[in-house]
Amino acid sequence: MQRPEYTPGPVVRKKGQLYDNPEKDVEKIRLTIDGREVEAEKGMNVLEAARLAGIEIPSLCYLRHINEIGSCRVCLVEVEIKGTKTLQASCVYPATEGLVVHTSSPRVRRVRKTMVELLLSDHHRECTTCIRNLNCELQNVADNLGIRNIKYTGEMKALQVQNENSFIIRDYNKCIKCRRCEAICSRVQEVNVYSALNRGYDTVIAPAFMQDLSKVACITCGQCVIACPTASLTEKECVESVWEALEDPDKYVVVQTAPSIQVTLGEVFGFEVGTVVTGKLVSALRRLGFDRVFATDFTADLTIMEEAHELLERLDGHGKLPLLSSCSPGWVKFAEHFYPEFLENLSTCKSPHEMFGALTKTYFAKKEGLDPKKIVVVAIMPCTAKKFEASRPEMGTGDFKDVDWVLTTRELARMIRQAGINFHDLPDEEYDTPMGIASGAGAIFGSTGGVIEAAVRTAYFLTSGQEMDLLDYEELRGFSGLKEVWIELKGRKIKVAIAHGTGNARIMMERLKAGEQFDYVEIMACPGGCVGGGGQPIFGAREHKEISLDYRHNRADALDRIDFSRELRRAHENPAVKKIYEEFLGHPLSDMSKNLLHTYYTPRGKEPGLNLGGMKGGHAGHVKENIPPHDTQYIPRDELEPKI
Amino acid sequence: MVQYAHTGKESREREIPAPFVSEGKPEQKPDKEQTWEKKFNELDRYISLYAKEPGQLIIILQKAQDIFGYLPEEAQAYIAEKTGTPVSEVNGVVTFYSLFSTEPRGKCALDLCMGTACYIKGAQELMDTLKDQLQIDAGETTADHLFTVNTTRCIGACGLAPILVVNGEVHGNAKSGEIIKIIQKYRKGEDSESKKH
Amino acid sequence: MKVKNTEDLREIKDKFFPLIKQRLGHRNGLGITQVLVCSGTACSSAESQDFRLELERELERRNLRDNVRIFKTGCFGFCQHGPIAMVHPGEVFYCQVKPDDVKELVETHFLSGRVVERLLYQNNGQRANNIEDIHFFQAQKRIVLRNCGVINPEDISEYIARDGYFALADIILNKKPSEIIDKIKKSGLRGRGGAGFPTGRKWEMTAAQDVKPKYVLCNADEGDPGAFMDRSILEGDPHSILEAMAVSGYCIGAAQGYIYIRAEYPIAVERLEIAIDQARGYGLLGKNLFGTSFDFDIGLRFGAGAFVCGEETALLQSVMGQRGEPRPRPPYPAQEGLWGKPTLISNVETYANIPVILREGWEWYSGHGTASSKGSKVFSLAGKINTTGLIEVPMGTTLRTIVFDIGGGIPGGKKFKAVQTGGPSGGCIPDKYLDLPIDYESLKEIGSMMGSGGMIVMDEENCMVDIARFYVEFTQDESCGRCTPCRVGTKRLLEVLKRITEGKGEMEDLELLEELAFDIRDASLCGLGQTAPNPVISTMRYFREEYIAHIRDKTCPAGVCKALLDYTVDEAKCAACGLCAKVCAAGAITGARGQPYRIDPEKCLKCAACVAKCPKNAITKGIRKEDVNIAETGIHTGTGGQEERAAL
Repeated sequence: MQRPEYTPGPVVRKKGQLYDNPEKDVEKIRLTIDGREVEAEKGMNVLEAARLAGIEIPSLCYLRHINEIGSCRVCLVEVEIKGTKTLQASCVYPATEGLVVHTSSPRVRRVRKTMVELLLSDHHRECTTCIRNLNCELQNVADNLGIRNIKYTGEMKALQVQNENSFIIRDYNKCIKCRRCEAICSRVQEVNVYSALNRGYDTVIAPAFMQDLSKVACITCGQCVIACPTASLTEKECVESVWEALEDPDKYVVVQTAPSIQVTLGEVFGFEVGTVVTGKLVSALRRLGFDRVFATDFTADLTIMEEAHELLERLDGHGKLPLLSSCSPGWVKFAEHFYPEFLENLSTCKSPHEMFGALTKTYFAKKEGLDPKKIVVVAIMPCTAKKFEASRPEMGTGDFKDVDWVLTTRELARMIRQAGINFHDLPDEEYDTPMGIASGAGAIFGSTGGVIEAAVRTAYFLTSGQEMDLLDYEELRGFSGLKEVWIELKGRKIKVAIAHGTGNARIMMERLKAGEQFDYVEIMACPGGCVGGGGQPIFGAREHKEISLDYRHNRADALDRIDFSRELRRAHENPAVKKIYEEFLGHPLSDMSKNLLHTYYTPRGKEPGLNLGGMKGGHAGHVKENIPPHDTQYIPRDELEPKI
Repeated sequence: MVQYAHTGKESREREIPAPFVSEGKPEQKPDKEQTWEKKFNELDRYISLYAKEPGQLIIILQKAQDIFGYLPEEAQAYIAEKTGTPVSEVNGVVTFYSLFSTEPRGKCALDLCMGTACYIKGAQELMDTLKDQLQIDAGETTADHLFTVNTTRCIGACGLAPILVVNGEVHGNAKSGEIIKIIQKYRKGEDSESKKH
Repeated sequence: MKVKNTEDLREIKDKFFPLIKQRLGHRNGLGITQVLVCSGTACSSAESQDFRLELERELERRNLRDNVRIFKTGCFGFCQHGPIAMVHPGEVFYCQVKPDDVKELVETHFLSGRVVERLLYQNNGQRANNIEDIHFFQAQKRIVLRNCGVINPEDISEYIARDGYFALADIILNKKPSEIIDKIKKSGLRGRGGAGFPTGRKWEMTAAQDVKPKYVLCNADEGDPGAFMDRSILEGDPHSILEAMAVSGYCIGAAQGYIYIRAEYPIAVERLEIAIDQARGYGLLGKNLFGTSFDFDIGLRFGAGAFVCGEETALLQSVMGQRGEPRPRPPYPAQEGLWGKPTLISNVETYANIPVILREGWEWYSGHGTASSKGSKVFSLAGKINTTGLIEVPMGTTLRTIVFDIGGGIPGGKKFKAVQTGGPSGGCIPDKYLDLPIDYESLKEIGSMMGSGGMIVMDEENCMVDIARFYVEFTQDESCGRCTPCRVGTKRLLEVLKRITEGKGEMEDLELLEELAFDIRDASLCGLGQTAPNPVISTMRYFREEYIAHIRDKTCPAGVCKALLDYTVDEAKCAACGLCAKVCAAGAITGARGQPYRIDPEKCLKCAACVAKCPKNAITKGIRKEDVNIAETGIHTGTGGQEERAAL
């Protein structure tokens, strides 16, 4: 299969600059747009050349480098070819020297209007009750074009909304067939869940056989949700359930926020991308009525301790190498579907928010004298995959789910709005203790490279008693989404690598399959890590000059700033972490730890929705029964006693 | 074209596609499963024959349709697995081309040419007759699995328009009366066959 | 044996030429009789193969196999009167032969030497003894189809005997690619697939790409309904395509070719498979052609029923085994085609012109046709015409010549209304353009296009609104669904047209139709969408009064649109039995014993149940007749023909 090479890597951008690699000498061209001679770079399309010149051309299907298919026809412009003006899709028409373009002629405006009217004529227009109301690209484009009346009426599809899963809802009736979900899923993530099915008016962009996402090899990363210009793909909202828990006087509602939330929530309320709003986040959560406001950063530190020890154990010959990180549930599911042979390589550590949930209902409950049955753990996550993760039967035992509800950054923002909280005017407040204390290492979990850096820092300290220098990642053969470096640990050189975006993960895994030797690999499902997560804010209504997909770099910078600003920089220095080991867990990888903080994985097959057992050579289609790994003894939770 | 109005849950729950489930005779099931197995063996041969070259998905699907009579989801997933193609892509290809059918066809396939020449020579009337006689729409199969009606693209025998293709056999200058006769003939044949058993 | 040079080819030619010579009309004293049985799709559908087998058996029985030899051959074009069997010497042209005719044929013709008059074509009451006497063939110029009906397409030797593969040998052994490209350019050959892009320039563009490998692709996905030119060429002369592809491969620097063919063409597929096998056997395809380092092979790829795959970028996707969805150009296939490599795509008829140009010279070739469109064009003639079939005429021939001279006019004395060219992408041409010499430009000017060459003739009983609806329904169904205007736009276009044909149209709909049609044309991503509104645009341009009749007067002048027909009781015939009223589910029929029954057109559902029930055949369907104020509309809406309306 031939797929164009795409690597979502960090792009360092300056204001007004559209293209990557600023240091590279790019050939300049001159063309005429709307009667004005403007400069552009060779290789640009007309749409980008116009944007560079300050002329906004509306578009719906275009995602730079990812989806350049010219299918929505909203970005049409008039291009003069041999004296005649022809309509061309500016997103795929190359800007060339001397080209004459008209972006706003009466003909262009009329045809654009027709295109959007046609899209709207087949779109369930429920704007006022739509989850993307006021944040919808289609709505925005329609508004900008001044559409007041839809001339074309006729059949409108009414397909069943697919919401049989716990993470993403697919509403075909709002789909405008821009195929951004398909592009991002197959070209960036290389999961290939979506394809266009049927043809013509009956075309749908759907998983095979139009199955629910829970029935196919979907990794639940939610990149499709971020890419969707309308509400055709949305997270499964559980705001109402959280309100219910908050209103229930019997419930003790504990909230935890993932590291990246503090650098992205502000965007929804108009702060510059990359603004750190930790204090406001905490006070907003208090005002919403949460009984305790904690930071997942705390269990991120704990994860580092566990994972660093696991790494050292494996380096000592106990367990498989390379160790693959497991804190990204999208990546974990990816491995379960596509690389089941590597499941033993995955770190057994649960992801930090699940560790947090497990500890809240045991350690914290005992410590505070609370009935764990009455504790509700809410996790504010940048992620749709964590919604799925929380629903895994192995995440919790018996009556307990480690985490009860997972809210995305977007859902939290909606709750804040619903409560009438003026986010701007909120005072800065501190997290509660003890599970709110975190090191800088915990914070950088939120962006690619953070986990490995934090874990290696700690492992280095544990073995040598000394702090190590910052890792210097060497870019590997132009794959900016894949990096690797040799480090010295325990007197031997080990090779660590980072991949983000499962498309890059696939390359990494193929290299492992081919026998390349690595010792420790961090993989995050989303491009850029959690800062680019599927639960992060979407920018539909703003000028999508810089679409949300490119916001992640500023967000990552902000996380780095938090790291540097924190007094504690290393996980093993975290006093709260030290204390929990003393009081409760004993030591990393203790039986208690293994019970509460570690998990196991299940091969899932590529087509889980079909029973292919009767088929010749049928592959493992069905999820195997959940049998805990033999080396872990499960202790009923009631027997867990904090050593206080 | 196949319509997926709903999630198609019903079809996914069954273990073996419809034609291989013997109604009311569960004791025959192992036999049918064997046939199923045999068909996959045959499909394997074609896959190994064609998968060497790139871009042969369509011909593999055509062969699979020849073998199974249609393209059950299981066969699509199997081809996906064996050729290393995402199953969504295979399903996308299957639903794109009108010659692929994802549902079993009736014993008697009635394909009516709807090319322009046939149309302006009265193919629509023939279609109305078919619909009227069989009480199904184009693209559907009768409940007794006897007839499937489809419209085809121009088969290029415009001199004989309008054209009805009955199980691959071309009937030129087709008339409504003739169609009724063909239908009756098949119904009778089916009757006498069931009496024999 | 492997052919190494021209001498080897000549040896084969010398051996087989006497047979061919006799078929060309030479009485060369071969001492045998040859029977050429048309084995194209149309004749085969009419059981020509049964006839051939029966003839073989009969000859066997009478021990005549040595004296009378039977050959399959390609389409004569005279499909209306198939199956065709041609007997040489004498060029006796038998039509509509059946297995039952074999005995008489053998006894009368082969044993007694007398022509079976009964089986000859009748030209205005005159029996046509010879193919030359048939009107259908007189105005034709067979350049591309020169081998169809002359050679056996399943025998490469016969193609070689017609000078086949000589050009390839000469080019590979003696010529530089640039020389050949120059010749093709000078010949003025333009792509026969529809748009008419100069073929030589396409070769030049592809040759100029400094990328390896390159591919040669033949578009045999002839999807236009009512078009069967490419199929006939492939069935009748497959080697000409193989030779042309090999030549182009040599010129652009490709070693692999693909023919993308519709799975609906089983005979053509079979012929191609045989031809490729034979060419490989002779070393005319494969490795080291003519002992040089040039390799060229051809593989078949099959379409699976998608009209849009005729669009070149969609075709590429389909050849690569994916959904046949077009992509924006640039990059053009000549730059980035199959697997991202430069690819030369031409359609069957374009390739079929190449060997002729190379054999006869570009000067000769460009002597045919018009200033901008050179050579000849093959058309398939179908619809309301006396002689349906395949024809080839020089560019610049008028529609009148084609429809009335070659096609023999409209059957049943009906009036000509329009001819539709270019398939679903083309337009309907009214009678006022019958005398227009047709080429790429002239057709475009009057709102149609050359397309691949389908020509459908329509008479007064065809409703132009319904025809527009038919074509839009086709393109809507065949739209790949990628771009908005084609996916949603054609759907809306169809809905408006349906409204009109069902009598629910409003006058504003005309404006809406026009606006939407132009926007779809301008905004669509590929050729399919860009041309999809052509049938609407052209019928609205030339037959606007029919639209208005449907909308304002709620009648269909041609009597096609069902919803606009009325069922009426012929009072003179009515026996007043009341059966019709009983069977009417809508309660639309009223009457009393002894008095004629009446049908209320408002309530009538047009189910025709009453028609079937009436013992006196007193109920008929007809065009709605309403009192229309002519002064107000300025349009006559009765049942008269177009001329009458024009006179008003």
